[in-house]
Amino acid sequence: MLDKPQATAPTIPLIVNGEARQVAADPFRPLSDTLREGLGLTGTKIGCEAGDCGACTVLMDGAQVCACLIATGQAAGARIETVEGPGPDGLTDRLRHAFLAHGAAQCGICTPGMLMAATDLLSRNATPSHQDVEDALGGVLCRCTGYTKIIEAVLMVASPVAARIMEDDTGHVGQRIARLDGLAKVDGSDRFGADIAPADALWMRVVRSPHARARFAFGDLEAVRAATPGLAAIFTHADVPGENSFGIFPHLKDQPVLAPGQVRYRGEAVVALVGTRDAVEGLADAALPIHWSIEPAVTGVDAGLAEGAPVLHAFAPDNVLARGNLKTGDVAAGHAAGAATASGIFTTAFVEHAYIEPEAGYAVRVGDRIEVTACTQAPYMDLEEVARVLGLPQEAVRIMPTACGGGFGGKLDVSVQPLLAVAAWLLKRPVRIIYSRIESMASSTKRHPARIVAKASADATGRLTAYELEGDFNTGAYASWGPTVANRVPVHGAGPYKVPNVWNRTRAVYTNETPAGAFRGFGVPQAAIANETLMDDLAGRLGLDRWAIRRINALDHGDATYSGHRLASSAGLPQCLDALKSDWDQMLGRVASHNESGARKRRGAGIACMWYGCGNTSMSNPSTMRITLAGDGKLTFWNGAVDIGQGSTTILAQMAAEALGLPVAAFTLVVGDTDLTADAGKTSASRQTYVSGNAARLAGEALRARILKLANAGADAKLTLSGQVLSISDGESVRTIDLASLRADADGVVLEGIATWDPPTTKLDADGQGIPYGTYGFAAQIAEVEVDVGLGTVKVLNIIAAHDVGRAINPTLVEGQIHGGIAQGLGLALMEEFIPGRTENLHDYLIPTTGDMPAIKTYLIEDPEETGPFGAKGVGEPALVATAPAILGAIRHACGARMTQMPVLPHRLWAALKGRA
Amino acid sequence: MIGYHRPATLTDALAIRARHDVQVLAGGTDVYPAFATRRAWGDPAHKDVLDMSALSALRGISEHADHWRFGALTTWTDLIRADLPPLFDGYRMAAREVGGVQIQNRGTLAGNICTASPAGDGIPCLLTLDAEVELSSQRGVRLVPIPDFITGYRATAVEADEIVTALLVPKSAGQGRFLKLGARKYLVISIVMVAAVIEADKGAITAARLAVGSCSAVAQRLTALEAALQGKSLADAPDIVAVDHLAGLRPINDVRSTGAYRQDAALTLVRDVLAGFAGGAVRSVA
Repeated sequence: MLDKPQATAPTIPLIVNGEARQVAADPFRPLSDTLREGLGLTGTKIGCEAGDCGACTVLMDGAQVCACLIATGQAAGARIETVEGPGPDGLTDRLRHAFLAHGAAQCGICTPGMLMAATDLLSRNATPSHQDVEDALGGVLCRCTGYTKIIEAVLMVASPVAARIMEDDTGHVGQRIARLDGLAKVDGSDRFGADIAPADALWMRVVRSPHARARFAFGDLEAVRAATPGLAAIFTHADVPGENSFGIFPHLKDQPVLAPGQVRYRGEAVVALVGTRDAVEGLADAALPIHWSIEPAVTGVDAGLAEGAPVLHAFAPDNVLARGNLKTGDVAAGHAAGAATASGIFTTAFVEHAYIEPEAGYAVRVGDRIEVTACTQAPYMDLEEVARVLGLPQEAVRIMPTACGGGFGGKLDVSVQPLLAVAAWLLKRPVRIIYSRIESMASSTKRHPARIVAKASADATGRLTAYELEGDFNTGAYASWGPTVANRVPVHGAGPYKVPNVWNRTRAVYTNETPAGAFRGFGVPQAAIANETLMDDLAGRLGLDRWAIRRINALDHGDATYSGHRLASSAGLPQCLDALKSDWDQMLGRVASHNESGARKRRGAGIACMWYGCGNTSMSNPSTMRITLAGDGKLTFWNGAVDIGQGSTTILAQMAAEALGLPVAAFTLVVGDTDLTADAGKTSASRQTYVSGNAARLAGEALRARILKLANAGADAKLTLSGQVLSISDGESVRTIDLASLRADADGVVLEGIATWDPPTTKLDADGQGIPYGTYGFAAQIAEVEVDVGLGTVKVLNIIAAHDVGRAINPTLVEGQIHGGIAQGLGLALMEEFIPGRTENLHDYLIPTTGDMPAIKTYLIEDPEETGPFGAKGVGEPALVATAPAILGAIRHACGARMTQMPVLPHRLWAALKGRA
Repeated sequence: MIGYHRPATLTDALAIRARHDVQVLAGGTDVYPAFATRRAWGDPAHKDVLDMSALSALRGISEHADHWRFGALTTWTDLIRADLPPLFDGYRMAAREVGGVQIQNRGTLAGNICTASPAGDGIPCLLTLDAEVELSSQRGVRLVPIPDFITGYRATAVEADEIVTALLVPKSAGQGRFLKLGARKYLVISIVMVAAVIEADKGAITAARLAVGSCSAVAQRLTALEAALQGKSLADAPDIVAVDHLAGLRPINDVRSTGAYRQDAALTLVRDVLAGFAGGAVRSVA
């Protein structure tokens, strides 16, 4: 009997992947922690520490379990299988191959958990049904894939006849090659923010405000530090060497690294503890002398805009951070000219990105430089922020992105980076941090809650005559990307339609709530809910089919947008709608015949369109790519674009390879290290395919041109690289270049191609007129739902999505983006509602599971964009925008309820059906 | 370091429990999330732990002369896979709806009632099964009926020196059913749930036991409805359910739903659960 608890960690025996291991561990420490920190098996991920996400799924004595819920002491003597092992009878290895081939891993953070859950299933049931797979994987959350390709991959292993290998000689544009960074994602070796740190790194824990609005003063912190063994420092705002502020826009650095005496939201960083892990984790917040003076918080935009409301920031005395405006024609006259007018007020909630990887990383001071290694979507912005906060020149900062376990806009803002940099700089010691799930959710940015008042009119034939929108967006306590939302919404707010008279106005309003920032779509998904509902209203009033009214109004080649941009090239919305027409008619027929029974579960069909400008709005957002050939024949692609799971590493290489004329397999990839790669801009705004794709193409072409010139070969010459010999075949003649014979620079490079590309845009005038983007993604989606009119529950049965992507560089990856976007759109419509202080974890905040996803069919429309690389456009954000409004239309079609408040939780739909608010 | 006891015998476990203020740990599916929440807001304190997991004798389901015994460490998965009479169909349906497979593999039947959440999936089932809880201590063993065991919101009758060692369910004819309503398919805390056990003879109800969870601080039996169903035809049962039968529920507004919705949804689900019996033969067990 172990009656007397021990003072030091006992040694606990585990059998891990068949090998007997001994590990010194606190027996109450979760097994997930012991596997990672004790045994270095970082393939097992930690996403929530609460059994809510399944990222840490391992097999214990042959059954899938969340390692975060197992005391290490409970696992003594148990057989543990992790992603690093082959699995029983090599099952995990077989699944790995299938995941890779089917594009089932995007960011890869859930992949180990998925693989282990699937291993558990297949070890018990060699021939599972689709339902069996859903059940078995139902405890693992994925935020990227919509689960479709994961389930496909598991079923494929179960029926080897269906195996398809996606490999090709060249891997060029249009080919479904497996993602180039995929192997590490399926074998557990990919390194995310929490997976690496120097062995001697100190740990950091941030003490955060439990209050939404308060002032505070510190007592004697030094006394606490001195009395706490292992605590190296307690940092406050006074310790920040440079500017104690950060923010996306140069004129809006309004968020402090550490709060200077006042906090503006629950979750704001107040103090950073640095020391041994035991010291920082063992010190209670309550042990710190922080004297709070709580003040009434501003909650919601109405409170923020109210007369006499407390002012969040002195520079915005009315609490309005930013305004947006787009005006064309005369909306009053347009409404007057309409045969039908529809209007409504639409509200959406804070939505959490719910990337499964909480923010994490480490920083190291190297002489007079600082190096920050962390998960991010924007390494060069991190570099600028860190330099500012430390008061260092930008050259003194190096950002090394880790694999990014999901971003969706939430890792565009800095999180851990400035905190780590300050601590490592001052202490001259490596410092690491791993946010908990709750800390991540409480402190990081969200999708802006919107209140949109909109009005649309159309003539008797259904042609839109006017659209008007006033949108208030709750930007929370700090600016983040609020101005971008305020600017993007007016440009897109009337939908992808020809509208002669438009007036769209927006405000981003400060409140004492969690900062709202960038989230897949920057306000456009919220605006589309209003817009598409009004399209359905107009169709109903005019007696038009809902598909037909959209087809009549769809922007087409040569049309001008309401910002005055004539679409000279790709504009594939009409093709998207045409692709869906027969599915739409069948869906309507299916639904009508189902509903004849009069059953409580009624079905409905809905349709929505979307558009989305690729790249930043009317701002320069260049990308630079570089390809080099060294004297030893090493071909290197220097790519600064961060792959957050969407696949930029793969498709940029596909484009570079095609432009150069060598196979993808010939490249060595260097991705996203600010000392090694040029600025490719942020992974946001659906810009990496379009903007960085062009840079990659041009860099490939530049290198090719140099080679062809050296060889005096024609444009159609074929290149072959074999060791250090480059062969150029031009018709009958073959020339060879011994690369070692060429003059090399200091890095051994003998030939290189570098290119920068910036999308062609112009400034928008005060009325939002100009060319805001180089091109736009378009899509239409139709949804079929089943509504239980007794309970107000909604099950989405089918979604069929047609997306104009210009050119699908890698169709598997494009489909993956669409599936994942649909999952997030479904969540936005039906279940996701972040309430500060109340839904700060992944059991109170719900995102879709395997069992919530519809069957999805996709049509990839390729209306080539002449300014796009090989005709391509972005798809990351377009994937999401149409889903929620299509679902809402289907709900209304099923049961008559016109839902205007997101998410449509069962009680809200029930109340609408009962006619109560 | 948090003290950690992992005794190999129940005797030792009871001795530790008697001497120390410990958190009893079984499947960990509630203990760890609660700890993670406290730590996230700067409260790293935790009681010493009494890990029950080495007491393998406490795991498993056994049939006795007049009752079934579910050892305290029996997991949801054990329940799903066990060969049990139709009486337990509802309890097993509930087991399949707990969390995901990982949670079902670890979470224990006893842990579920010790957490005593208003949304505890097993509790309405155990109410309809007339289950009793076996509490052991150095003082001896006592049996407490489920309604007396759960004394309030997340509160139980477990004394400081006691450990739940088993759930006992009297043998009975009848069949169980269970319905859970949540805002997503897996890993979801219920908005409303309903459990029922019905005994019938030639289509007529001879005994009915129904309970509703997530609609009050403690799940409740619907005794008025049970009485009203007595002797009625199974086919008519859904229509007999009236608003008043659910008058004792006290559902609240929270992040998942509203009280008004829960009250109405409970009515619908009670009718649905009864309709489910009418759809299939209700078997009896000796």
